[in-house]
Formats: sequence, C-alpha cells, structure tokens
Amino acid sequence: MANRPQIRTAASALIAMIADEDTVVGFLLAGVGNVDLRRKTNYLIVDSKTTIKQIEDAFKEFTSREDIAIVLISQYVANRIRFLVDSYNKPIPAILEIPSKDHPYDPAQDSVLSRVKNLVSVESVASDRR
Amino acid sequence: MAQNQRLTVVPTVTMLGVMKSRLVGATRGHALLKKKSDALTVQFRQILKNIVTTKESMGEVMKDSSFALIEAKYVAGENIKHIVLENVQNASIKVRSRQENIAGVKIPKFEYFTDGETKNDLTGLARGGQQVQQCRAAYVKAIELLVELASLQTSFLTLDEAIKTTNRRVNALENVVKPRLENTITYIKGELDELEREDFFRLKKIQGYKKREIERQLAASKQFVEEQFAEKASNFVPVWQIPSMQSHSKIKWKGFTVNYPWKDRDTEDVVK
Repeated sequence: MANRPQIRTAASALIAMIADEDTVVGFLLAGVGNVDLRRKTNYLIVDSKTTIKQIEDAFKEFTSREDIAIVLISQYVANRIRFLVDSYNKPIPAILEIPSKDHPYDPAQDSVLSRVKNLVSVESVASDRR
Repeated sequence: MAQNQRLTVVPTVTMLGVMKSRLVGATRGHALLKKKSDALTVQFRQILKNIVTTKESMGEVMKDSSFALIEAKYVAGENIKHIVLENVQNASIKVRSRQENIAGVKIPKFEYFTDGETKNDLTGLARGGQQVQQCRAAYVKAIELLVELASLQTSFLTLDEAIKTTNRRVNALENVVKPRLENTITYIKGELDELEREDFFRLKKIQGYKKREIERQLAASKQFVEEQFAEKASNFVPVWQIPSMQSHSKIKWKGFTVNYPWKDRDTEDVVK
C-alpha cells in the first residue's frame, strides 16, 4: 500500500466551492466561507465573465491545498473543465458535483456517479448471469 | 505459458522442503487475500447503494435550499448577497476527518462541525430575518448531506483502489506464484527420482560386473587346471615312441632334460 496517498487526519478542514453566485451565497450564509490572512478565499464565484483559465487555476489550487477536505463544484462548471475533473483521482480532497439553480442536475455527467452506475450495472448483469 | 516457468534452484531435498513450505505460505496468503477481497466487495456494494440514494436525494435538498435562498432574496432584498459576501471571515462550518478501518483498508470519514459563531446573525435584521435563517438552515442541511456524500465518495474511490490491488495480488498468487512453485517442486522431485534411478542402475551394473568377474576367474582357474592336466598328459611320452631313446640315456625335450636311469649316463641327445 505504498502508493496509496496518506490520509490526513487534520483536526479541521474547509469546504471549498466553485459555483455560481447564488449557490455560493447560500453556502456562505450557512458559514462555510473562509478568508485567510492573504485575503485568499476558499470559494470562486463563476459568472459569465469567468474564464476557463480562472476555473482551472481555482480547481488546481483547491485540490492541492492542505486544509481543504471537500471541493463542491457546480455541474455546469465541472463540465467546462471536465478533463481536469475526470483526471483527478485522489480520495482527498473529495470532489462533489452539485446541481445549480439554472442547470438541472444530470447524473449521467457526474464523473463518480457514472462510474458507480457502470459498476452497478456490471454487477447486476453479473448477478443475473449467476 | 506458466508450464515451463520455474525457479532456478539446485534440485536437492533441502530445496524441496523450502519450496514446499513456500507453497504452503502462498496458499495461506491466497486464502487470506481472497477473504479480504470478499469483505471489501461486500462493503463496496453497500457504499455503492448508499451513493446512488444519497446522490438522488441531494438534488431534492439542493432544490429546497435554492428555493429558500430565493425566498430570502425576495423578502430581504437583492443586496443581501453583498452583505453575505462582505461578512465572510472565518469558516464556522468545518469538516473533521477520521479514519475507519475496513479489513485493513483505512477509509476517511468526514463529519462537519460548527466552530464559533457566524457573522451572519445580524443579516436581514431590517427585514426578512426569518427567511434568512430558514435559508441558512436549509443550506446547513445541504452541507450535512454533501459532507456525507463526500465521505461516501471518498470511501468509494479508496475501496475501489484497494479492491483492485487486492484482486491483483490474489491473481498474481494464483496464476504466477503458485504454478511456479508447483513446477519447481515437480522439477525437483523429477530430478531426485532421476538421481535415484541412476544410482540404482549403477549399483546393478557394478553387481553384474562383479558377478561376471567371479565367473571369469572361475572359468580361468578351471581352464588352468585343465591345461595343467593336459600338459602333464602330453608330457607323458611312452619310451618306445621316442626315436632316439634306444641309443641315448638322457634326452632334452623342449628344454627339459629327462633322465633315463636305465640308459648310459654318458649319452645325451636333444630332441628337436
């Protein structure tokens, strides 16, 4: 198990967000937002002016930060950087695709859920064969 | 493929013992790993089921919370989001991770906890305070679900990896290590049998050689005795057959001097 990444048991970790304004505001209202000493936020508000480059940078930063355990990302944002999300395979931080207000949730596009569905169907086929 | 694979060892009885003990160890390891893989798979299926149901309920919860936010916006005014964005300082909802052990695989489990007071307590004091608090509660509920989903998803990825590794090991033991050890054992056994047969053959050969030697010696001595006898017999020559015997008392025959005491001692003849 040498190649398995070490699981950190940090005392506390943050939840990062890459989503549209309304979703971010909602979660900030709940109190997940954090601004550190260098005025760095743990969320990115994606609007029509946000470039793909900005999203990519934010995604890379959030997934490489030590103090972030979960990254919430709106599904339509995730679709814009699908190649990055699909190539990401570390257990921590966990990437969660969440539905956004204007974009209905499509389970078929979720990278993890598609794998799950695939496995479930494979297993049900296998159990049928048995 | 695996038929001609074997370890390069010296075929001895000691090596045979070593190989046998290694085969026993490999068999036991294989059984244990198989059990581990089964245990992980059971857990994995449970997690799969949970993920599917939680993902489906997530849509519902997110819809509710979005709706609550719109209500709050409608009552408290559009500028509430600016207040919220301004008030962000330290996270009051954080995530704690702990490890869970499933059949030797460490799986992270997240749980959220509130840490300190939120700055948004006074948000919407002017109007719509109740809606804002409801919206807040809805989003906290959403966070709860999302954190659960995140830990499920992390377990899913970790378990997937662990199952793959375990299955690879099981297959490697079953299809590579064990046949190789078995081949080596049969090879050593074959070589030892061959050695035994060679030894046996050599012993047989030596036995036969000795037997033949004894027979040969017996035959030789028999022949010698016969020859001696024949020689003695041929040495006996009747006196009347010796041509010069009438005139000579002493004859030499084939180097032997034969005395005939009844003849004159002076006369001597050599028979050619």
